Amino acid sequence: MNNKNKTHEKGDGNTEQASLSRRNLLKGVGLTGAALMTAGSASVMAQTPAIPARIRVTEALETLTAAESAALDAMCSRILPSDDGTPGAHEARAVHYIDRGLTSAMAASREQYAVGLAALDTYAMQVGGKEFCLLTADQQDSIIDAMTRNAIPEFPMLGTAFFNTVRTHTIDGTFSDPYYGGNRDFVGWDLIGYPGVRAVSSPGEISQGRALAPSRQSAYDMPPYTKDPVGPASAQTGGASHGH
Amino acid sequence: MATELPRTDVVVIGLGAVGGVAVLPLVNAGLNVIGLEAGGWMTTRDFAPDEVRNNLRDWPQAVPKAKNEIPTSRANINFEAVQGGGHPMMNGVGGTSLHYWAQSWRLNPWDFKTVSETTRRYGAHRIPEDSTVEDWPISYADLEPWYDRVEYALGVSGNAGNINGTRQPNGNPFEGPRSRAYPMPGLRSSGFTDMMSEAARQLGWQPFQGPAAINSEVYGDRPGCFYHGFCDRGGCHVAAKSSTAVTTIPEALKSGLLKVVTHARVLKIVNDADGRATGVEYLSGNQVIFQPADAVLLASHTYENTRLLLLSKSREFANGLANNRGQVGQHYLSHHQGAPVIALFPRNLNNWYGLPAQGVAIDEWADDNFDHSDLDFIGGGNLWVHTDRKPISAAKMSTFDLVPNWGAKWKAFISENADRTNGSYIQKTTLPYRGNYLDLDPFVKDRLGFPVIRITGEHRQNELRIAAFTQDRMEEWYRAAGAAQIVRTALGGPMGASTHAYGGTRMGDNPETNVTDRFGFAHEVKNLGVLGASVMGTSGARNPTLTAQALAWRTAQHLVDNWDTITR
Repeated sequence: MNNKNKTHEKGDGNTEQASLSRRNLLKGVGLTGAALMTAGSASVMAQTPAIPARIRVTEALETLTAAESAALDAMCSRILPSDDGTPGAHEARAVHYIDRGLTSAMAASREQYAVGLAALDTYAMQVGGKEFCLLTADQQDSIIDAMTRNAIPEFPMLGTAFFNTVRTHTIDGTFSDPYYGGNRDFVGWDLIGYPGVRAVSSPGEISQGRALAPSRQSAYDMPPYTKDPVGPASAQTGGASHGH
Repeated sequence: MATELPRTDVVVIGLGAVGGVAVLPLVNAGLNVIGLEAGGWMTTRDFAPDEVRNNLRDWPQAVPKAKNEIPTSRANINFEAVQGGGHPMMNGVGGTSLHYWAQSWRLNPWDFKTVSETTRRYGAHRIPEDSTVEDWPISYADLEPWYDRVEYALGVSGNAGNINGTRQPNGNPFEGPRSRAYPMPGLRSSGFTDMMSEAARQLGWQPFQGPAAINSEVYGDRPGCFYHGFCDRGGCHVAAKSSTAVTTIPEALKSGLLKVVTHARVLKIVNDADGRATGVEYLSGNQVIFQPADAVLLASHTYENTRLLLLSKSREFANGLANNRGQVGQHYLSHHQGAPVIALFPRNLNNWYGLPAQGVAIDEWADDNFDHSDLDFIGGGNLWVHTDRKPISAAKMSTFDLVPNWGAKWKAFISENADRTNGSYIQKTTLPYRGNYLDLDPFVKDRLGFPVIRITGEHRQNELRIAAFTQDRMEEWYRAAGAAQIVRTALGGPMGASTHAYGGTRMGDNPETNVTDRFGFAHEVKNLGVLGASVMGTSGARNPTLTAQALAWRTAQHLVDNWDTITR
């Protein structure tokens, strides 16, 4: 179920973004701009040999285990699914946002995830004979539904408490600025018609609403807020490629 | 042992919304001023359009102190107080004026004279029996010149409703007389606010764009608002928001008489055997420093004003500075600004940008602007709707009980409706009551080991009745504008920590029931002035900051004009 987005990523939208990104580079935004581009630009960088390898985007698991990540990704994918053919939480990489957040600002929730995800897999084994991520979408939905009704007696905490935490963070990760690791390729903002961050909004632009051409930028693509020092590109090789 | 620094004329504790204003009249009078601020300077580079940092993570770079001092709260003494929610305070030069909505209202005249006006019009029995409300020791007219000064020094945009008694067409018909117009016209309208204004007029109401400490056009060397949509809990990326960090503080610094000490964490106000304040002890890094001064102005937030007084114990003030009559922490109230009505419209509202201060106000149902003869409450609420929508909060919109809150149906619902919802902001008259107060929490401490503030308080019948009444009016307004669905939220209950926090050092002539006198100086400590909403005894139905700033300027000027009698 989680693989169908791959075709989406190779769709026309990506080509358009590639040319936009290259244009940005040519405009003299330079490495500062390029380095801060979001995950969607990874493929562009691969096609542009002059750009140092640091641009390559990776997604490490920073605190979640592989099994936790798989269970969480499956749960996020049912909260905000993509089986209608449009991207959802999986495509937005909400789980990547959560993993990163749990090491820092959301660290207080780490234990809740450990307990909740383990219980989710245990319960999935009981009722379906497989880990949660390997169950069918219908099976997953019925488990989540039971969770939201506090109808899983074995669950070690209130099911609604765990569900609400995951739901909140799924939304945060899907619709956040892509800098934080989710909303990959701006799929979240596209889903709700948010035309993106910009420094100024004129009455004419505002009146266009969701018909306004999306800005397709992170706050940290905007020069005043970048954390890279402004200077020659040669001074900037070798930086970390945090999974944006 | 504290390191003692050379004496100065005035030390101001906190360079936020009120301390940042007070320094200007002090240096204008030639006084040497030291401003102690727990945070540091921030620049426009810190103010990225970032919903995660501003709205989810509570400004992690600017709350190292405030985050460790989040008050605990409980409804009444039958509960244990718990700490929770965000921090209501801020650390940084400019304080909460960096990130507030900047709605800069004057209170209406009734708010100053709630007891006498209610008694005159309806009888004394209409004052809620358990309330400790008093008339303010000053009237709207007394404060008018100070409102005016602050509006021009900061830069407040708005449309006047009443200039010297003459009604003006585009402003608040219920405002008290102003001596002149605002320095700038109100912020521009939007398609959504135009639609709501039209609906209000159909109901026979008088809508107007509310006032804001945000430039609507170039003011001095700062530009007009860019309307980019990240003003809510966000610092301004172009300095169009008139925080004290870009207005009165830089102006005061030009004199050379103001010294800003950042990252200074005040521990206590010290007093002598005569009961006068002698200076302030603070922590800088790991060093304790004593700053002697002839006068001290306590200008933190309501919670920290109260806490610092309670922590400043001495032989002369065993229960905390200026608290020998037990009034520090009393008459506390958290503004009742919750219980909104939320609407769903059948079309997009184009509300993705703009700002909370770009809105339409209805004042018909606030204060005593309508007849309460047949009602069971006094006061009322100001109705406010505004532009501004950000993606995470948009996706968290109410489902109006139309769909589940997860799964495919929910996804389709938010995809269609994210830009079709609007939540109202209804600020309600809130009164002080017996049993609602601040004290030091007996269990919860900050990282230095000092107790945090404990809030004991709940909204009472008067507030809940206003909430129900104003929800009716709000629903009427939304329906008139074509709303298809309406959700009403709970009417109120416990008073949690709030940015709109009042009392604790109430101002009044009677020292038995008030900490500070009519000029904001402590009855028991004559050279200690208190600035902020902690001196206010009623909330009114609108944001407190401009009133707190006008009072701060007035208190500072009183110190200047009475220097010898206050400091000798």
